[in-house]
Amino acid sequence: MAMPEPVLHARGISKFFPGAIALDDVELALYPGEVHALLGENGAGKSTLIKCVTGAYSRDGGTIALSGAEIDPRDPLDSQSLGIGTVYQEVNLLENLTVAENLFLGRQPMRWGMVDHRRMKREARDILRDYGLDIDPGRLLSSYSIAIQQIVAIARAVELSGKVLILDEPTASLDHDEVQLLFSVIERLKGRGLAIVFITHFLDQVFAISDRATILRNGRVVGTRRLADVSQTEIVTLMLGRQLEAATHHRAHSEPGELLLSLKGFGKRGSIEPFDMEIREGEVVGLAGLLGSGRSETANVVFGVVAADQGTAELRGRGLRITNPREAIRNRFALCPEDRKTDGIVGDLSVRENIILSLQARQGWHRPIPRAKAEEIAQHYVKALDIRLASLDMPIRLLSGGNQQKALLARWLATEPELLILDEPTRGIDVGAHAEIIALIEDLREKGMALIVASSEMEELVAYSSRIVVLRDRRQVGELTGHEISTKSIVEAIAAEDAA
Amino acid sequence: MMKSTLKRVMPQIIILALVLAANFLVFRGFFHVEFQHGRLFGNLIDVLNRGAPTALLATGMTLVIATRGIDLSVGAVMAIAGAVAASAVVGGAHWTLAVLLALAAGAACGLWNGVLVAIFRIQPIVATLVLMVAGRGIGQLLTEGAILTFNDPGLIRLGAGTIAAVPTPIWIWIAVACVVGLVIRRSALGLLIEAVGINQTSSRLAGINARVLLIAVYLVSGLCAALAGVIVAADIKGADANNAGLWMELDAILAVVIGGNSLLGGRFSITASLLGALIIQGVNSLILLSGMPVEFNLVIKALIIIAILVIQSPRVRHSLYLLRASTGPVLRERPKPAPRTPQEEGQS
Repeated sequence: MAMPEPVLHARGISKFFPGAIALDDVELALYPGEVHALLGENGAGKSTLIKCVTGAYSRDGGTIALSGAEIDPRDPLDSQSLGIGTVYQEVNLLENLTVAENLFLGRQPMRWGMVDHRRMKREARDILRDYGLDIDPGRLLSSYSIAIQQIVAIARAVELSGKVLILDEPTASLDHDEVQLLFSVIERLKGRGLAIVFITHFLDQVFAISDRATILRNGRVVGTRRLADVSQTEIVTLMLGRQLEAATHHRAHSEPGELLLSLKGFGKRGSIEPFDMEIREGEVVGLAGLLGSGRSETANVVFGVVAADQGTAELRGRGLRITNPREAIRNRFALCPEDRKTDGIVGDLSVRENIILSLQARQGWHRPIPRAKAEEIAQHYVKALDIRLASLDMPIRLLSGGNQQKALLARWLATEPELLILDEPTRGIDVGAHAEIIALIEDLREKGMALIVASSEMEELVAYSSRIVVLRDRRQVGELTGHEISTKSIVEAIAAEDAA
Repeated sequence: MMKSTLKRVMPQIIILALVLAANFLVFRGFFHVEFQHGRLFGNLIDVLNRGAPTALLATGMTLVIATRGIDLSVGAVMAIAGAVAASAVVGGAHWTLAVLLALAAGAACGLWNGVLVAIFRIQPIVATLVLMVAGRGIGQLLTEGAILTFNDPGLIRLGAGTIAAVPTPIWIWIAVACVVGLVIRRSALGLLIEAVGINQTSSRLAGINARVLLIAVYLVSGLCAALAGVIVAADIKGADANNAGLWMELDAILAVVIGGNSLLGGRFSITASLLGALIIQGVNSLILLSGMPVEFNLVIKALIIIAILVIQSPRVRHSLYLLRASTGPVLRERPKPAPRTPQEEGQS
């Protein structure tokens, strides 16, 4: 990319949120005919940067130049008419209109004061042919797959703007073939001289399609690299900002007990590729990988949140079929989900009711847990887990994140599970509660419980896991045991290029 | 437990008292109850008696609304149940069998709604709209388009008879409310229903069988509607598929709302809904007793209801709270409060 003039040049972009600096002096230069990946962990500032560039947020500093001329878009519509189009993960089109109507919405060809449908359809067909799509533009958008809808959205954005195209997680809900289809479209647009920003969590895809990458961490640019010159390991290191040498020490554990659960070829199409997994009593299996790598999907398929459509499961040597959480709970499984608010707590119910909820559900409606007994169970866990609250009668939504998480742990511990699955147990909670939850995980393991813990915190996983399963692009790409366990080896496994 | 229930329904009790007092103002004999021909007579008894269908519907509707649903079909189910009971006795069946058949019809309707909502995941308002529209048609098919009259004394007693000098409908709605309330609160059903209404995803992940619970609440709503339909048919000694239960679903929803239950589901109080039903009947009585021209009835009812709802709205309640806080004892000089212990925090 030795072009002298970037088509879009954002310099010194800063954005402050109350109490936080979201973007700090960020520079982004896009050249015509390049695919530029924007990388970083969650909260690194990728979306904020895009929103500042497209005018969805008003920036607190910096300049944006488009083809050399300074611009100041007020909102995404404004930036679109200037030449910057954006396509989001969730297709922002109208499913109940036809493909042609979606393409031409707001600028339909007119004839005698009426929409000229025939011409609109003809032009839509011509446009879509340029994108390698030969579909009937007269049919409803909803009758086509997400991938096709995505391409229609891209076509609309390019037709309206035509200089810069920003793709925000376009492949998140596409399967392998659909991704290839999308990539062929991106290649065509690249040939037409567009500058394309590609945001994704899938590193393989970044290397497959992008020319350069800008890596953000904590609101700052930590590097812009030509992808031909770097390895995935280097990119991951930049993203995480960790010195691979300073690996946390893996502590030796007591010997695991009997085999509890054995999964073979277990998986769910479109969610997680088939995998094998064995877990013993007194063992913590860690699930590591980048966001979107399939950590939560693995946890969910084991617990029956989504029913597996392939493979077999054996619990203590007996065959087992789990198609919903109730069956999982009956077999003494438990799952603390990743999103506490939407999937965990029942906000308006009291802390006491939240703690006994799963136990009550398993006992059945006709055997209510007496008030005194509920009080006793809740009190016990409030004390054991040091949950801080004013009263057991207060709604759980009023508790802090860490205390909500502990109350959810209490809910599951009250069911006396044999297999406890924790999805991001320490996300968004304060340092003190963080340490307590890690201590609890180790304590439960020593008591002989089997645990599966999915986490993006590698040091954490290294500290308490007996084994670590590494995932990438929704498939298992490695398993680390004993002395192999270190953050360095996790990062290497995530970045290993041969496993793609 | 008792005390918290009383605190919960206090606004409804106050409003009901106000409505009854207004009745007394327009008609001094309102509270006068007489014993004649082995039966209690009086305007107060009338309110309790005439309020029976709404109270029954409100009982089932409370549960449905607690799951974040709504049942628009109850009025039509009343028509179906009335038609089933009437055609059964006209066909020569014993009245107990007729009532059982009507209840079975109500249960079937509830099951239909429940399956649409719980299994096919159709939005409750749409799912129950189907039966709301189709139900009257089904009723008319059963009565062959006419008002099907009967004179089976057993069936008529359910609407117009008395037990221990008290009109039967009063016994029925109080008994149903007590049974449903006891079952719900003595078992874990209440908790599970509230959990599903507040957060269905969390509830499912916690192992609650949300589907069965959803079907069950629509089933109960259908049964309550069937009973209400039988009472209405028995009262007029005939099944009028066109008019029986017409717009009653709206009164039932209103009763639940006046009862302070959120249409967004979650925490619920059947007692409060029943008070809501009585408040509505009290307003009906007020309009009748005031001797206003009938054309004004619906408009005045709407105005009174709006007033009740506005008084209960979060904004007015907050203003009242501020008003209370800014006057009286608060302004007086007070000693500094002791530093709070963590246990006390949040309890105020």
